[in-house]
Amino acid sequence: MTKITLVAFDGTRFDVDAENGSTVMENAVRNSVPGIEAECGGACACATCHVHVDEQWAETVGAPEPMEEDMLDFAFDVRPTSRLSCQIKVRDDLEGLVVHVPERQA
Amino acid sequence: MTTPIETDVVIIGAGPVGLFAVFELGLYDLKCHLIDILDRPGGQCAELYPEKPIYDIPAWPEISGQALTDRLMEQIAPFSPQFHFNRMVAGFRKLDNGRFEVETDEGELFHAHAVVIAAGGGSFQPKRPPVPGIEAYEGSSVFYSVRRMEEFRDKDLLIVGGGDSALDWTLNLQPVAKSVTLVHRRPDFRAAPDSVNKMFAMREEGKINFEVGQVTGLKGANGQLEAATIKGPDGEVEIACNRMLPFFGLTMKLGPIADWGLNLNENLITVDTEKFETSIPGVFAIGDINWYPGKLKLILSGFHEAALMTQAVKRIAHPDQKLVFQYTTSSTSLQKKLGVQ
Ligand SMILES: Cc1cc2nc3c(=O)[nH]c(=O)nc-3n(C[C@H](O)[C@H](O)[C@H](O)COP(=O)(O)OP(=O)(O)OC[C@H]3O[C@@H](n4cnc5c(N)ncnc54)[C@H](O)[C@@H]3O)c2cc1C
Ligand code: FES
Repeated sequence: MTKITLVAFDGTRFDVDAENGSTVMENAVRNSVPGIEAECGGACACATCHVHVDEQWAETVGAPEPMEEDMLDFAFDVRPTSRLSCQIKVRDDLEGLVVHVPERQA
Repeated sequence: MTTPIETDVVIIGAGPVGLFAVFELGLYDLKCHLIDILDRPGGQCAELYPEKPIYDIPAWPEISGQALTDRLMEQIAPFSPQFHFNRMVAGFRKLDNGRFEVETDEGELFHAHAVVIAAGGGSFQPKRPPVPGIEAYEGSSVFYSVRRMEEFRDKDLLIVGGGDSALDWTLNLQPVAKSVTLVHRRPDFRAAPDSVNKMFAMREEGKINFEVGQVTGLKGANGQLEAATIKGPDGEVEIACNRMLPFFGLTMKLGPIADWGLNLNENLITVDTEKFETSIPGVFAIGDINWYPGKLKLILSGFHEAALMTQAVKRIAHPDQKLVFQYTTSSTSLQKKLGVQ
């Protein structure tokens, strides 16, 4: 288990014990984090699971793959630390990870 | 006046569930016309995940979205379904003779004993980019597709996006428009490399502008766009424009069917679980578009719904005929219909 934190747009923090190998999106949905729609269920096909990775975590989490980068074109308020949460797999070195949910999904 | 197409059943949506309905209806001699806004069959499977494997189709340990579509097309071929692509189903009414009329946005009319709504997540429609106040300009200054290039003659045009539509229209409208500015959030594009190279060449020649950034605001009055604010890596710039073409991909919306007077539950059509009939007798809803207690949005559930719906449609279309339950394995009459006898 790895502890991760999802911060909703209104500032509400969701501290979650996430299973390694699960995606950040799955944990958001399971814990009803508002603002993560995940319409395509994690297929990297909808861009409605967009999050801003906390600046401090951006490097550890890493950059998106080209396909995810393409999908991000459809998201709103895309920033350098933007990721699709369905493409971030929880792993040991993400202990303490913080991601922020944007104002809205497209 | 358009002459209506007379048939047994009109199926709205050529996704996996609409396709399989052709098979079930075909076994009972019911002929189908299918209408879909997309340009090909397969619905979500073909549009959203053609190459991704599906693992829960019975007897197919693994099959891709496109392969499933291809197999279904093969399976229903004996029943010669008629497809009408690139059309949105818009109008609907009950006729005096008890049949139904369905109308497309192209004005074609269909008359049928029964209407089967297999519209999935809804019809694929262009996504509205999340720019505050954009609604006010839609249809007058902001367009999601190009119907006539003349609309853009001598206009200051802003094209937003990084896919093929955005690039193709940048190249094609450049000679027509007064000015063209392409806006994309990054200097890399999803579009075909060839069009991207052409675009950069045009920029070199000073024929178009290209801005890296995202549109954050629009200025104008009475639906007439005057400028757009672009937030880029080096801050905000304002670009004068009076036409905007955003290309942000497709989303699914229930669309005109929402106004047919059917009972809905959060944009899904309520049905019973015996016949999958809606609140209008003779109109059925199967697949992702319907709702009933316990509903699961799975392809296999949609297939089951298609089989049960068919029993009810058969009774409507041929009330005088006795319904005989038969297996395709052993029934010679079914096998004849399938062309294997
Ligand atoms: C990424 C992803 C992965 C999935 N994985 C699985 C899986 O592993 N297993 C599984 O069982 N399911 C899976 N699904 C769900 C599955 O794809 C759907 O259950 C299935 O596509 C539903 O089929 P359908 O025919 O009801 O609707 P759709 O496939 O949505 O097709 C409906 C069609 O109707 C058309 N349409 C709608 N309204 C109109 C209108 N007014 N006029 C004209 N045309 C219209 C649409 O354009 C569309 O083509 C997945 C879905 C996604 C997005
Ligand atoms: S859930 Fe659709 S892209 Fe992540």
